[in-house]
Amino acid sequence: MIDLGCSLLGSAADTERGWEFQDYQGPVARWCAGCGDHAVLAAVQRLLEAEQLAPERTVFVSGIGCSSRFPHYLKTYGFHGLHGRALPVATGVKLRRPDLHVFAVMGDGDCCSIGAGHWVHAVRYNPDIVAIMLDNGVYGLTKNQTSPTSPKGLKSNTAPRGAWLDAMNPIATTLGVANASFVAQTGDWVPEHIAATLRAAFHHRGFAFVRILQRCPQYTDQLFASALRDPSRVELLLHPDGIRAPAVERMVPNHREHDPSDLVAAFRLAQPDERIRLGLFYRNEHVPVYEQVRAVPPHTAEQRARLVNEELDAYAL
Amino acid sequence: MTVAPISDTRTPGPSAAREPHIVRVAQHTVEIVSDSGEGAQKCGQIFGRVSAMMGNGTWTVEIIPAEIQPPPRTPPSASGNRVRLGTRRVTNWGDEADLVVAFNEQVLLHRHRLGALREGCTILIENWWERHEDEAIRAAWAEAMQELDGHQYRFIKVPMEEQCLTVVDTPRRGKNMFVLGMLAWIYNRDRDKTRELIAHEFRKKAREILDANVALLDLGWQWAAEHLDFRVEVPIEAPTEPQVVMNGNQALAIGAIAAGMDLCSMYPITPATSASHYLSEIFEKYGGVVHQAEDEIAAIGVAVGASYAGKVAFTITSGPGLALKTEFIGLAVMTEVPLVIVDVQRGGPSTGLPTKVEQSDLLAVLFGQPGDAPKVVLAPATMEECFHVMTTARRLAEAFRTPVVVLSDANLATGVQPFPRPTVTSDAMAGALDLGPLGEGFRAYEWDAQTGLSRRSIPGQPGGEHTATGLSHDEHSRVGYSPDVHERGCAMRSRKFAVLQQSLRPPAVCGPEAGDLLVVGWGSTLGAIEEAAERARDEGLSVSTLHLRFLSPLEPGLREIFARFRTVMTIEINYSDDPQDPYITDENRRRGQLAWLLRAQTLVDVDCWTRVPGEPLRPGQLLEVMRRVARKGGVS
Repeated sequence: MIDLGCSLLGSAADTERGWEFQDYQGPVARWCAGCGDHAVLAAVQRLLEAEQLAPERTVFVSGIGCSSRFPHYLKTYGFHGLHGRALPVATGVKLRRPDLHVFAVMGDGDCCSIGAGHWVHAVRYNPDIVAIMLDNGVYGLTKNQTSPTSPKGLKSNTAPRGAWLDAMNPIATTLGVANASFVAQTGDWVPEHIAATLRAAFHHRGFAFVRILQRCPQYTDQLFASALRDPSRVELLLHPDGIRAPAVERMVPNHREHDPSDLVAAFRLAQPDERIRLGLFYRNEHVPVYEQVRAVPPHTAEQRARLVNEELDAYAL
Repeated sequence: MTVAPISDTRTPGPSAAREPHIVRVAQHTVEIVSDSGEGAQKCGQIFGRVSAMMGNGTWTVEIIPAEIQPPPRTPPSASGNRVRLGTRRVTNWGDEADLVVAFNEQVLLHRHRLGALREGCTILIENWWERHEDEAIRAAWAEAMQELDGHQYRFIKVPMEEQCLTVVDTPRRGKNMFVLGMLAWIYNRDRDKTRELIAHEFRKKAREILDANVALLDLGWQWAAEHLDFRVEVPIEAPTEPQVVMNGNQALAIGAIAAGMDLCSMYPITPATSASHYLSEIFEKYGGVVHQAEDEIAAIGVAVGASYAGKVAFTITSGPGLALKTEFIGLAVMTEVPLVIVDVQRGGPSTGLPTKVEQSDLLAVLFGQPGDAPKVVLAPATMEECFHVMTTARRLAEAFRTPVVVLSDANLATGVQPFPRPTVTSDAMAGALDLGPLGEGFRAYEWDAQTGLSRRSIPGQPGGEHTATGLSHDEHSRVGYSPDVHERGCAMRSRKFAVLQQSLRPPAVCGPEAGDLLVVGWGSTLGAIEEAAERARDEGLSVSTLHLRFLSPLEPGLREIFARFRTVMTIEINYSDDPQDPYITDENRRRGQLAWLLRAQTLVDVDCWTRVPGEPLRPGQLLEVMRRVARKGGVS
């Protein structure tokens, strides 16, 4: 039990009330038809329901971009902040309010471009939050610009003759940061796998980085189309300690046994090749979480006042 | 004081037989300068502190080089303190120094070239360099003495190295205590108190180190007693109420704790960082945390997150960091998240003068955000106000759901001054987190149509769920792009500052309520401006002053006050065009930042005199300006 040093009036334990799917449902989402964000939103609502998280004790923090509208479509607390800056805000919430369930939702431009510095450092702080990166390889809201995860050659308004550079590898990048503790990848065309991945991420104590591969129906509708048509393009990472989604395992023929505690193997599997790998790359439950590392015993105002007066003694003449 | 010509540079012989001449003055300014790393600052701090403990008015200010260890024996290496002592309260660093202790001739040159030394100043200087085995050093000494020739300085050569070698092997690490001993004798400081302060300073070191330092102190005292022919007496009128003595950053830090803050989220930047150093040392004892973020943006982002979650957070920075925080400040305005942002101003633009004072961030703070982003801006004027401003800022941030920017500066940050001991009670602290349920129909921004004020919900409160957003939004925090939603949101976020403004009292005028000249200032220039005005009034001039603490909203009644004076001008440490400069006309002249603001807000033709010397203004310099303007009726 975390002692908050504050009154928890009216905040009954999460399990005392029964929450249903609709209790988490906000206004109708205004994403395009066919956008993968819809599937992720549904999976998140199912997670909240399955875990019976009190809406008032659940916070979704987002950045800016199509995906960052996410909190608006939920009936929890939300903070729709600045482009690239979801993670500092989420870290601030969790740092001083570890009693809250904190999720950060970002797009690929948000996380891997303008907010890349925060991404790296959030992995290192390892706060106990679920970070969902909705990666459709393009800037959608600003109308079709190249993102760091755009495949090389992808034509956009800022690279009309095709992207010049190889795409960034967010999984390998995250794995390379000190204190990485949970790194998983899933795709918007396998809803059951999204749900299983989010469940594992939520139950991980630490910074759970989940990259969700998506298409943008407007600008990158062919991204992962081959995987959709031909499930053999996908390889599922499986392990008794990994992510299990039986229906997806039946549909996808390629299975690979991968022990998520093996960081070196995770790196190898994260290297790009002809297969799209979904599943849990890495998990380490032993990395300290930042809000715990920095936890301090709370003080009443009276205790503080007494201590400040003692501190002033050191300056007294 | 006797003034000897520069040719008189003999090391004095023992003079114990003679009674020293006592110089009795109401105030005296002493500087201690050494190469960086030789400890002149420690010496100055202890000297200032013991003087304050004895009941003298004191103002201690650091002389700081920009680098940690600049090349020794060069003018830019000068590091130390100025301590101004007074019988009464001392409010600023004064004009020129009356007495200087220099560890070498190069650092002395630095101070001389800055015009920091009064004609007639007594200079106690290490004489080791004059007879140094290195010819280049001897030549440098001779060259320096030539440059100093022709000034009425009284040189007293002190064999610091030679003396210290009788106690320690490496005098570079002990001369400062020898000098402290000399100064203690000259100003007749309480030796027991001085020893206590040294003991406190070296409390974490080995016993032998403490003993060696005390021995050096005693040696300095003894040498001075045997060789110097003068002592200085600054009579003491000790204040009756209990006092504390600290610098402005220490005051901000303890003030933050006294205000009930939970989190200081920061990124290292001079001259703000010393406040975070201090908090890092002690904050956890109070249940608070210092979070060193990966950058300035994340630093404010974490503070915004914690504050959104109901905890009391602040971030502390300086100019370049403020620039990076701009977008988040706008977000805090838009989402109405309470937040305290401390900006310890330094010289700008860009990296500017990292260790030196300026008041150049006012307009950036007021107007730095794109879009309309009104907020509260406060400027403490003394170390004491640095302490109390944090409680005021926290309360305003919460009551008005707004960012509050506190504009301190490098002069306040490093200056040390005694002030009445604050009474800290639990009432000043933030209340406990209330996570009680909110009634049916709660709206995230229940703006009162009259005041724009609204209560907020924090995560954990059932019924308060909403998504705060930087997008234009209505009372439910629903995104809305329609003209009426945006007009209304802007109006509500602005209205509350009119409400705050109307609850403020008109500022007090110091001096006659009407007359020839009113000088308006803000921040750390208070002491120098008021001292200069007092001296001007002693000369029969009609000069009054007014010092603003609220810069947004501005305190009420300014137009009526200004109307009572023939000339109104600001004095500030920021850039303005001199009316005499080429191409400068009344139309294109760029004015001081407060002058700019006051002109816009009051339609009064407010003049200004501003400088950006990278050091505090001197009252004597301001007196000259006041004389000129009060007689002529304008800066030009």
